Amino acid sequence: MSNSSTSDLLKPFKLKTKQQELLIRVSILCLVYILAFITRLFSVLRYESMIHEFDPYFNYRTTLYLTQHGFYDFWNWFDYESWYPLGRIVGGTLYPGLMVTAALIYRLLHFLRFAVHIREVCVLTAPFFASNTTLVAYFFGKEIWDSGAGLVAAILIAVCPGYISRSVAGSYDNEGVAIFALLFTFYLFVKAVNKGSLAWGLASAFGYFYMVSAWGGYVFIINLIPLYVLVLLITGRYSMRLYVAYNCMYILGMLLAMQIRFVGFQHVQSGEHMAAMGVFFLMQVFYFLDWVKHMLSDTKLFQEFLSITVTCAVAAGGIALGVGMASGYISPWTGRFYSLLDPTYAKDHIPIIASVSEHQPTAWSSFMFDFHILLFLFPAGLYFCFKRLSDATIFIVMYGLTSMYFAGVMVRLILVATPAVCLISAIAVSATVKNLTVLLRSKNKVAQIGSTKGTSSAKASSKASLDQSQPFQKNGAMALLFGAFYLLSRYATHCTWVTSEAYSSPSIVLAARGAHGNRVIFDDYREAYFWLRQNTPPDAKVMSWWDYGYQITAMGNRTVIVDNNTWNNTHIATVGRAMSSYEDEAYEIIRSLDVDYVLVVFGGVTGYSSDDINKFLWMVRIGGGVFPVIKEPDYLVNGEYRVDKGAAPKMLNCLMYKLSYYRFGEMMTEYGKPPGYDRARGVEIGNKDIKLEHLEEAFTTSNWIVRIYKVKPPNNRW
Amino acid sequence: MEAPIRAREALGFILFSLLFSICRSSSLNHLLISNAERRIDLSSHIVKVYLTLKVENAGSTPTSEVLLSFPPTQADHLATVEALVTKGKRKKTTLVRLDVKATELPDAPNDAKYFTIYLANPLKSGESTTIEVLYLLTHSQEPFPAEIAQSESQLVYYRDSALILSPYHIKQQTTFIKTPSTKVESFTRVEPSNRAGTEIKYGPYEDHPPYSFSPILIHFENNSPFAVVEELVREVEISHWGNLQVTEQYTLVHAGARHKGVFSRVDYQSRPTLNGASSLRYLLARLPPRVHSVYYRDEIGNISSSHLRTDSRKSELEIEPRYPLFGGWKATFVIGYGLPLQDFLFETSDDRRYLNFTFGCPLLETVVDKLTVKVVLPEGSKDPSAVVPFPVEQHLETKYSYLDVVGRTVVVMEKKNLVPAHNSHFQVYYTFKPIFMLAEPLMLASAFFLFFVACVAYLHIDLSIRK
Repeated sequence: MSNSSTSDLLKPFKLKTKQQELLIRVSILCLVYILAFITRLFSVLRYESMIHEFDPYFNYRTTLYLTQHGFYDFWNWFDYESWYPLGRIVGGTLYPGLMVTAALIYRLLHFLRFAVHIREVCVLTAPFFASNTTLVAYFFGKEIWDSGAGLVAAILIAVCPGYISRSVAGSYDNEGVAIFALLFTFYLFVKAVNKGSLAWGLASAFGYFYMVSAWGGYVFIINLIPLYVLVLLITGRYSMRLYVAYNCMYILGMLLAMQIRFVGFQHVQSGEHMAAMGVFFLMQVFYFLDWVKHMLSDTKLFQEFLSITVTCAVAAGGIALGVGMASGYISPWTGRFYSLLDPTYAKDHIPIIASVSEHQPTAWSSFMFDFHILLFLFPAGLYFCFKRLSDATIFIVMYGLTSMYFAGVMVRLILVATPAVCLISAIAVSATVKNLTVLLRSKNKVAQIGSTKGTSSAKASSKASLDQSQPFQKNGAMALLFGAFYLLSRYATHCTWVTSEAYSSPSIVLAARGAHGNRVIFDDYREAYFWLRQNTPPDAKVMSWWDYGYQITAMGNRTVIVDNNTWNNTHIATVGRAMSSYEDEAYEIIRSLDVDYVLVVFGGVTGYSSDDINKFLWMVRIGGGVFPVIKEPDYLVNGEYRVDKGAAPKMLNCLMYKLSYYRFGEMMTEYGKPPGYDRARGVEIGNKDIKLEHLEEAFTTSNWIVRIYKVKPPNNRW
Repeated sequence: MEAPIRAREALGFILFSLLFSICRSSSLNHLLISNAERRIDLSSHIVKVYLTLKVENAGSTPTSEVLLSFPPTQADHLATVEALVTKGKRKKTTLVRLDVKATELPDAPNDAKYFTIYLANPLKSGESTTIEVLYLLTHSQEPFPAEIAQSESQLVYYRDSALILSPYHIKQQTTFIKTPSTKVESFTRVEPSNRAGTEIKYGPYEDHPPYSFSPILIHFENNSPFAVVEELVREVEISHWGNLQVTEQYTLVHAGARHKGVFSRVDYQSRPTLNGASSLRYLLARLPPRVHSVYYRDEIGNISSSHLRTDSRKSELEIEPRYPLFGGWKATFVIGYGLPLQDFLFETSDDRRYLNFTFGCPLLETVVDKLTVKVVLPEGSKDPSAVVPFPVEQHLETKYSYLDVVGRTVVVMEKKNLVPAHNSHFQVYYTFKPIFMLAEPLMLASAFFLFFVACVAYLHIDLSIRK
């Protein structure tokens, strides 16, 4: 706001309104960019610069391999350290986008003479891409609504817990870059549809390629975009722009995606990708009909031609699909895809998917936790979108609605919904605030402009206030504005709190409060993995439940039988069977797998509840799914899972129980409780006199969280 | 070397027909040792031997060189040899350090290895002097049994000779061996010898000719952890902005009796004295005072079990490995810390700079098998030269760190078989122009400047093709 009373000295620095706006916009974006980065650094400050959780350890290990051996070795890497004795073709079974991105950043930094370690690059990749996502959100918001909505969207997505949960520093997972790629692809596609330019279509194809290289969630794009095109066709919004954008994006994107070995020919062979191909052909038919219509002047003739062509096209498509399916050329939908469409599918058919906590259906509380006020702003934003329908707003509405459905099916897919929710909510916030400020700044004589008010009750009241006298209306607008800012500030506080409390724990290192309020750190996982790395033979094979496979190979540098890749259900079931058998039966299995060490995670001393005893029923279920010898009821008493004296005899003598509680009966865990009191489950254990015949204790960490047993060689027969 | 050869020439005609060994020994200046006392301290895994020799010149020519000899097995494990001589009378005695150098004699019996002590004043005929010799042996206690279970204590063999191996005639000698505890399984008796408490006494033995040897074997309990650093790389990086950054990479191993069978955490936690008595629970590192930003980590991240105690004279860092080290177990880790530069970097009168820093490993009671010290000089420094009080292998490298263009010169020094006694100072001299300090800030500033110029240019230039 240039002030005429400013002295002449300041005149050269006086900015035009447009320049001021640019300055404010750029500085807000810069601040948001920085905010998105630093809000994700809680875990680095509280703990250290380390990789979190399970899957990121595999990604880190492969990235390390990539930087050390180069791209071609990485691409052709056969990893004999996992899935012993099968091994894993790493290059052909992963999405390399994340690793290549991190390796490129690493190379670039080294080229610029920043001698950083690859671990720091990996730790900070996710926050860096989260920052980039805020920029994309800004441009996307600008494209579908206006630059104000873009700015709000950038701010909302920068701190939204739903996104932060997967992109804190150290969470080096595919999702970290994939959400960026997803939103970027959508933005480029919407831009291409709006402009009808081949260049933007090409850009969106490359965005899609990056997304395919980064995450399996690309299937969402390749189904959403055809659906969107279909909706536009049905609603009569077909245009040349759409034709150019979709065809360019689909054909080029498909060809590029085929370069990723893990995806290969799925675009033409798998059921999940057929919708896109169908829409592609439909578009050609549409275009052809359009052209014929243009050529033919006779509408009656055209009607006949139309019916024939449509019948033929549908018939040809149906036959092609049927033949493809019948001959096995087109594979049917996978179990994972089914479980998305039908939430109960996994529970009945694929226990290995159902056993993962992040694949559970979402509870209402976690929606509230991850979205906070966005959950209420989302419908308001949808209203605004419907009020101003355009190709772009239709897209964001469809993206929002479909992703919300998927977010309801699986907890982890809240992540996919987050950008849409943020964008739509940003529209609601931006439109409301804009209307209110226009109202505030309007002079008394200006006519009422309340016609574009929102639907929520707050806005209804503001509408009511419009009918009153002007000062009252201004006060109402003022109050509403304050209310909006109050809500937004609550949102910011909530997001920071959630990030700090819930999403910034590395889960490798556990922290607890000690008796005197000091922080106690349980670093048992790394203790055990480092022990494995240093004090076992380099070719030792370690058997554990699959959750710890990636960590053992990455931190322990030892061969594992199964890991988090879970590509071979039978192999996992064999391990599950070994864990749930009696020791001598298990020994046979262990010998047949050539195992040297068995690793179990046990929380009875510290009260750490996500240990192997609590996961044990899943081992039984997965094992029993392949080997009917293992029956779940054998481990339950009246349908109840117990470990105390009343537990099932098979439970008290199975390998997992023995390994977890070996010599635990001598241990005093809590004052005033009998020895052998399990703090994780709050009971005294039922079998205190555990003798091991074929295994011996090799190492137990200081808080007993990880216990490693050595498999003895077979006894001499003579 | 010259003196014995000359002496030999003189005597050569007369003693022509004598046995070779006798010929040699008698040729050695006619020195004889009138009294020798040896105290061997076996209480830790580094064997400390204090040797007090009363040397007498029985010959006619003055000499300033005294030879020490070691059997080859011991010579391989010899970490350091020091010789001192007392000066002054009665209360005002001061110890003066003498030069000691490894010497090759062409025809040593049974490959014995020699060290020559150079006396400050030549020993005249008929005179005698007392020399104190201290030498340290590493890897000289052999665990037997070689593998023990968690609850067993560690027994070791120590091999030596009851008689001091010397190229000179020794009139009278006594050896005292101090064991860490009273638990001695067995020891070779060479009469007169006896054991009282933690001490075994051999001797006194009278009049033994040169190269007398009488092997002894002592089997005793030694539960001190055998902390051996197989490889240590110390990197000292000088920044003229006021910081000295030290990074030390350790490969630590417990070189005692190998752990066998079960490791039970219950036993280890409930009865720590009986179980895993020889295990390595913690290490103490003595760091310079005013140390800051200390970290202790390994390949997979930070290790939270360490404590730093600082006072004005020294800093002590107590580190616990992730797990207790039993025999044969390994651990690798990195310690890093920063130090104020003014405590260690000085200027010479001729405008050169030099770093004055300790050479050895800061861990107490630790043997280092191989030590590499790398001194990373700031970018742009020239003519590096190192001064080390003992022989080391040296070469130069180039390292690229943050924002380096031409790379930093690294002075690399390597030495094998080190004990804490090697923690003496060394100096690295170099020349450096302070203008180079500004190179990196200027580079950064110009990069940012170019970036902003590019931004301004982008905002002011219209790049569209169509007008």
